[in-house]
Amino acid sequence: MARAAKTKTTMDDNERFSRSMVTPEGVDVGVRLATAGERAGAFVIDALIILGLLIGLTIAAGYAAGRESGSSNLVYIVWMVGFFVLRNFYFFLFELGPRAATPGKRVLKIRVASRGGGVLRADAIFARNAMRELEVFLPLSFMVSGGQSVDAMIMLLGMVWTGVFMFFPLFNRDRLRAGDIIAGTWVIQTPRRTLLADLATGASDRPLSTGVFTPEQLNAYGIKELQVLEDVLRANRREAIALVANRIRIKIGWIRAPQEEDHWFLNAYYVELRRHLESGLLMGRRRADKHDRGGSGGR
Amino acid sequence: MSGQELTLRSGRFRAERQGDWRKLETLLDRAERHGSRSLNDAELLALPGLYRSALSSLSVARAISLDRALVTYLEGLASRGYFFVYGSRGRTFARIAGFFSASWPQSVQRMWPDVLASAIVMLLAAVAAYLLVMADPDWFYSFVPRELAGGRTPATSTEDLRATLFSEGFTDELSTFATYLFVHNAGVSMLAFAVGFAFGLPSLLLMAYNGFTLGAFVALFAMRGLGVEMAGWLSIHGVTELLAIAIAGGAGLHIGRSMVFSGDRTRLEAASVFGRQAAQAMVGVIIMLLIAGVLEGVGRQSINVTEIRFAIAGGTALLWGAYLFLPRRSRVDG
Repeated sequence: MARAAKTKTTMDDNERFSRSMVTPEGVDVGVRLATAGERAGAFVIDALIILGLLIGLTIAAGYAAGRESGSSNLVYIVWMVGFFVLRNFYFFLFELGPRAATPGKRVLKIRVASRGGGVLRADAIFARNAMRELEVFLPLSFMVSGGQSVDAMIMLLGMVWTGVFMFFPLFNRDRLRAGDIIAGTWVIQTPRRTLLADLATGASDRPLSTGVFTPEQLNAYGIKELQVLEDVLRANRREAIALVANRIRIKIGWIRAPQEEDHWFLNAYYVELRRHLESGLLMGRRRADKHDRGGSGGR
Repeated sequence: MSGQELTLRSGRFRAERQGDWRKLETLLDRAERHGSRSLNDAELLALPGLYRSALSSLSVARAISLDRALVTYLEGLASRGYFFVYGSRGRTFARIAGFFSASWPQSVQRMWPDVLASAIVMLLAAVAAYLLVMADPDWFYSFVPRELAGGRTPATSTEDLRATLFSEGFTDELSTFATYLFVHNAGVSMLAFAVGFAFGLPSLLLMAYNGFTLGAFVALFAMRGLGVEMAGWLSIHGVTELLAIAIAGGAGLHIGRSMVFSGDRTRLEAASVFGRQAAQAMVGVIIMLLIAGVLEGVGRQSINVTEIRFAIAGGTALLWGAYLFLPRRSRVDG
C-alpha cells in the first residue's frame, strides 16, 4: 500500500510541474519545471565558482602588484573590471550560449527558457540576471559594508530581504524568481532520456498468443493503470511485481497456473491490455482509468 | 520474426521511426557538448528535418501508443531539438547590428516618461543639495561619501581644487579613478534598474541620492568661484554619464510602473514585456557609461581648456539626443 501511495504522489508531482511548451509547428512538447532544490543547488555551485574566480583574481592581482610596485594602479584597474564583469556578466554570458545554462545549471541538467515557448532573447537573459543585483548583491553589500560595526538591525533587515527573494520561487506555481517575472522566463529540466526497450516486444521469452485474456478481463483497467503497470515492470522489483500480479489476478479472476511466474503473467497482461486499449484509441475510445465507463470523449 | 504478428501497431511504428530518432539524438548530443560548429554542413541541413519528423512522431505516438516511456523520450528529444533549431545560435552580428540600429533607441523612446521623471528627480535633488551646501558647507559631508570625494571637500584649498580640474599629462591616479567611477556608476545603474521591482520608488530614491552628490560637488566648486570651470570639467563626460544614470532610473521606474499599472495585460505579461524593454535600455546604459569612462579618462586629461570642454559636452548632448530620441522607422527587433 505504501508503494502505491508513493507512486500516486510522484504522478501528482508530474502533473504539478509539467507545463506545455508549444513549438512554432504547433506541437506541445511538454516541459517540466526545475524544482526549488535544483535551482538552489545550481546557484550554490555558480556562487562557489564565482567566489573561487574572485579569490584567484585577487591573489593574482596581489602577486602582480607585489612584483612590479610601479604598476599597482593597473593591477587595481584590472581587478575592479574583473570583479565587475564577474558580478554582472557571469550568468548573462553563460545563459546566452546555446545551452542557456550556467555551469551550475548544466550540472543539475536544467536550463533557462522563454515562458510558454518562443525564442529566448538576449534582453530577457540580461533582465533576469540584472535582477540578481536586488536579490543577492544588495543584501550582501548591506551586511558586508558595515564591517566591524555592523548593525544588528541592518543585519536582520538584510536577512529578511534575502529571505523574501530567496523563497520567492516557492510562492508561485511556476517557481519564478523576481528576475524570471521581469524577463518572461522560467527554468526547466533538460534530462537526457534514453530510448527504453518496448515492453511489448522481445521482453518475454515465451511467445504469447492473442486471446489469452477475455474481453471482460481486459476491460478491468484503463490507461492510468496500464502506465502504473509499465512503471512496475520497468522498475522490476520482485516484491512489487508479486504484489501487483496477485491483485490483478484477483481483480480479473485469473486462476494461477502451476509454475506461472509473476513477471511472465504481468508482462502478458500488460501486452494484451495495451493492445486492447491501443486498438480502442484507433476507434477514438480513450479510456482514462478503471472508473471510466463511458469509453468516449477523452482528456 | 516468429512474434511478428503479435507486435503491436505502436511497436511497428516505433521500429520504423527509431532510426531517425537515434540519429537526431546523436547529432544533438554532439551539438550540445561541442557547439553547433562540430556539425558538418550535411548534418546541419539534416537536423531541422529530423527535428520535425521527431515532432510528428511525438504527435503520432500520443495518438496511438500507450508506452509512456516512449512518449516521454520523444518529448525530451523534441524539446531538445526545438531549443537547438529555434535557439539563439548564430546571427550574432545581425543581432548586435539590430540592437544598435533599432532596439536600443526604441527601448529608450518607449520609456521616455520614466526617463524624464527620473531626470527631473535627479535635477531637483541636485538643486536642493546645491542650495543646502551653499548655505552651510558642512552639508557636503552628508551628501558625498568619502571614496567618491577623492580628497575634494570644503577643507581643501582653492588651489588644490583648481588643480583637480586641470591636470598636466596623464596620471595613473586619474585613470584608476575613472575606472572606479565607471564601476561605481554601472553598479548604481544596475541597482537602480533592479530595485525598480519594488514598484519603482527605490529607483527614484537612488536618482535623488545621485542628484545630491552632484549638487554638493557643484556647490563646493561654485563657492570658490570655480563654478564655470567645474561645469566644463564635469560636462565633458557628465552629459553621457548623467543621461545614462537617468535612463537606468527610468528603466527601474518602467518596471515598477508595469507592476502597478499593467493595463490590458496580466501583471505577469506586462512585467515581462516592460522588463525586457528596460533590459535593452540597460545594456545601452552600460555602453554609455563605458563611453563616459573613456571620455573621462582620456578627454578630461588631455583637454584643459574650458571652452573646448563645453564644445565637446554640447556635441555629446546633441549626438545622444539625436541617436536616442529622434523618431525612426520601427523595425522588427532581433
